[in-house]
Amino acid sequence: MTAHDATRPAPPPAGAPERKPKLATVSLAGCFGCHMSFLDIDERLFTLIEHVTFDRSPFTDKKEVGECDIGLIEGGVCNAENVQILREFRQHCKILVALGACAINGGLPAQRNSIPLSSLLQAVYYSSPRLPHGGIPDDAELPLLLDKVHPIHEVVKVDYFIPGCPPSADAIWSVLRDLLAGRAPVLGHGMLHYD
Amino acid sequence: MSKTFTLDDKRIPFEDGQTILQAALAASVYIPHLCYHPDLEPHGSCKLCTVKVGGRQTAACTLRAAEGMAVESDTGEINAQRLALVQMLFVEGNHFCPSCEQSGDCRLQATAYQLGMLSPHFDHFFPNRPVDASHPDFLLDFNRCILCSLCVRASREVDGKNVFALAGRGLKTHLIVNAPSGKLGDTDFGGADKAAHVCPVGVILPKRRGFAVPIGERTFDKSSIADYVASRHGKRGGEK
Amino acid sequence: MEIQKNHSAYLDPILERHAHRATDLLQILRAAQEHFGWLHPEAIDHLTRRLGVPRAKIEGMASFYAFLHLQPAGRYRVLFSDNITDRMLGSAALRERMCRNLWIEPGKVSEDGLVSVDTTSCTGMCDQGPALLVNGMAVTRLDAQRVDAICDLIRNQAPLAAWPTEYFRVVDNIRRSDLLLNPGFIPGAALTAARQRGGQGLLHEIKASGLRGRGGAGFATAAKWEACRDAAGEAHYVVCNADEGEPGTFKDRVLLARHADEVFEGMTLCAYVIGARKGLLYLRGEYRYLLDHLDRMLARRRENHLLGASILGQPGFDFDIEIHVGAGAYICGEESALIESLEGKRGTPRNRPPYPVTHGYLDQPTAVNNVETFVATCHIALAGGAWYAGIGAAQSSGTKLLSVSGDCARPGIYEYPFGISVRQVLDDCGAADTQAVQVGGPSGTTLATHEFDRLIAFEDVPTAGAFMVFDIRRDMFEVARNFVHFFAHESCGFCTPCRVGTSLLRNLMDKLHNGQGSPHDFHEIEKLDRILLSASHCGLGHTACNPVLDTIAKFRPAYELRLQQRRFVPAFDLDRSLQTARQMTGRDDGATHLHDEGSVR
Repeated sequence: MTAHDATRPAPPPAGAPERKPKLATVSLAGCFGCHMSFLDIDERLFTLIEHVTFDRSPFTDKKEVGECDIGLIEGGVCNAENVQILREFRQHCKILVALGACAINGGLPAQRNSIPLSSLLQAVYYSSPRLPHGGIPDDAELPLLLDKVHPIHEVVKVDYFIPGCPPSADAIWSVLRDLLAGRAPVLGHGMLHYD
Repeated sequence: MSKTFTLDDKRIPFEDGQTILQAALAASVYIPHLCYHPDLEPHGSCKLCTVKVGGRQTAACTLRAAEGMAVESDTGEINAQRLALVQMLFVEGNHFCPSCEQSGDCRLQATAYQLGMLSPHFDHFFPNRPVDASHPDFLLDFNRCILCSLCVRASREVDGKNVFALAGRGLKTHLIVNAPSGKLGDTDFGGADKAAHVCPVGVILPKRRGFAVPIGERTFDKSSIADYVASRHGKRGGEK
Repeated sequence: MEIQKNHSAYLDPILERHAHRATDLLQILRAAQEHFGWLHPEAIDHLTRRLGVPRAKIEGMASFYAFLHLQPAGRYRVLFSDNITDRMLGSAALRERMCRNLWIEPGKVSEDGLVSVDTTSCTGMCDQGPALLVNGMAVTRLDAQRVDAICDLIRNQAPLAAWPTEYFRVVDNIRRSDLLLNPGFIPGAALTAARQRGGQGLLHEIKASGLRGRGGAGFATAAKWEACRDAAGEAHYVVCNADEGEPGTFKDRVLLARHADEVFEGMTLCAYVIGARKGLLYLRGEYRYLLDHLDRMLARRRENHLLGASILGQPGFDFDIEIHVGAGAYICGEESALIESLEGKRGTPRNRPPYPVTHGYLDQPTAVNNVETFVATCHIALAGGAWYAGIGAAQSSGTKLLSVSGDCARPGIYEYPFGISVRQVLDDCGAADTQAVQVGGPSGTTLATHEFDRLIAFEDVPTAGAFMVFDIRRDMFEVARNFVHFFAHESCGFCTPCRVGTSLLRNLMDKLHNGQGSPHDFHEIEKLDRILLSASHCGLGHTACNPVLDTIAKFRPAYELRLQQRRFVPAFDLDRSLQTARQMTGRDDGATHLHDEGSVR
């Protein structure tokens, strides 16, 4: 698929639904880079908004996820809050998509996985020369860390994956177009990359 | 050359003693592989090159070609299995492409692209594999090792040095270095070694040269591994 | 730990005994460890210098074998046999008892370096388990009292020689004898008969006998010997595969204990046919306790001119046998891996072809046969091929030794003519309420009640000899899970599908065991089974899925019971993986816990 093709409006889904499909997005243990890449679909956002309603997403600032057709998850699962949100997305989204490297294999945050969590917290909060040694924060607002960072498919069933760090805007657009058209998404050559 | 076998729908000529993989590559036909290198003895461990001959699966890198053989390779069934094998390699080690200097030039990654891998599918093992930065000119990042043993064989067969060996068993199999300290810096390993240039992934990396080629211009940005390997074989007589 | 800087003091005599042959590396390392307790880095330095073998190769080799230690593993190294039959006899509780009693964690060396307690694959004492190995020596018939007494002996640092000999007593438990197990064999008789027929004549008799290899695959013995004899080489070798590692098998143990003469004589017959001057018997490490007995038998045969130069006084008939002891690697039962191990390497199966008959030990023509096969050849040499062919079943002449264990009144060795029904064996061994029999070990076949009229024979249910009985109290899912753990532990790690696939399969079976299984996981198990079956390098990977495939097909309710989750749940316990963070923050509020998904929202 060329960039030119990609700018064309998505074909109307077969048997056009009465209501617009709902789309939710979230970033768990991610850097929002995938969301930034999502925004890089640029003017195609206008096409997209004709076809979907955004539910919970950093774009809407809605905090609760409602019943959705598609959920895009950026980032891996590194703490209790990530697990809760991921489960809520799984419960409410008909189709769940792992967006980007961290959601797919844990990514950068998962590179802590070879270090025991206890050593990690010790090192950061007690022996790091750059931090005040105030002990490990116990604020109830802070989600607790899991022993390891997990890709989302190890915690819930995931329907589709868009690899990349971040996935290109074209790849995201291509998958969304396919999903909205009721097709299984296919990432053609050039759109499949892991970095 | 008169003898031939068929590989999917192609007729492949071969010389006596050639394996199916060697003959296919000489005819510029790609069969996925990771542990094979044209300058080293075939090994048959990665099983990516598994093909079907007479209804049975076998590694194309170790099976000698024979007249009239009918070999299936590029089929949905076999490629699905290859995809699963690549996914196994991804979950076995720690393969974080975005932070790997070999990304774009990595054969594991390129083979995964070739097979359309969207996720590693299985649960990750996340092994603990410390890096070895002891050598002045080379870094060893064992996180990415796929145990193809190309470096082991190159160092032994070509360099005559035995710098590397495999240790452990089963999932605990790992690469070790031939020094009392276990450190590469305490060996006679050098940049002129064959072993320094055969790693299909990003374990053995020259220092001070990371990310030298911009994204978009790296080996497998420009062509698929199938096209790359096919074009380098046959006419030139060998993959370099 | 004894401080001994001068490793050359004990290594040099060992090296001398092995003529500084690098191919004997495994034997040298075994001997070194028996002396020092573990393989010290300085000992490896010394071996590297003396043998000219790179230290990484020595380390790579040593770390392949479960019984070799590159770090101190305790002055008493206790390994509980972890076969399903040991488990059924209560081994897990006894192991926990020992760990509690000695204040140690399983798999870890005590802080004073005195003792470690861990598990090992089946030690071949299924008829008198639960069993363990202590510093490589087999201890049988464990119970709470014996375990407590062993703990006292260890705490008091009693040398093994001072332990009650009863602990180390291994009984033969021969329950049914036929031609192989009947006493009365006269050493040299088969050789004398063979010499009258000549090598070609003997080969003809073996061909006429229809004898097929007893290791399980059933390759025609005469064809193997003939191909080996006809293969060009600088030397020919006879190898006896006594690496009886298939869980549930222990018949070679009994043959070696009772009928070693026939084993060695069969090897000598083979040497006579193929023109070998050297034979090697690869004894599994778990049977180390048999080594002295076997060495004495060899010495006696040399004295009686049944081994050595000019056997039976015939000039030019020179043949001798060396015993190599394994070190805890099931894969070495695969003949090409066994040859690698004999050559002092990691036991990785070779690419085949070429086969050992043309390119075996030291790349020379080599006939590798099972212990029982060699014993059978003696009787064929004595009584002729036609006689032997008249015994057993159409495509399976002769008799078969079965190692019977599990839920039955009389576990032990049963010798039957081939063609015996499973039901008959069950009746004879006193099995009641049987729901399944595992024939041929984990890599074999799981038979359910409707199949008990099937016959033990190559044309129906082939087996190397294991016959494990499970009554209706047993959970066949747990049986399969034990076998899957075994394969994951014993995978050599050479090929991707087996190295990674067996561990993935183990984790999925554990996931089901832990109540986290869903139909998704069941689908994954079936997918892994297919990949192992079709893509693995050798028989271990090909057969690693057998117990799962069979139990799914025949005991599906045992799996369905385990699929407690309708929807996918993680393989790990989410709440438990917050435990470290809870401890370190000192928090225990609601937000610090994750319950299963049903309770979300």
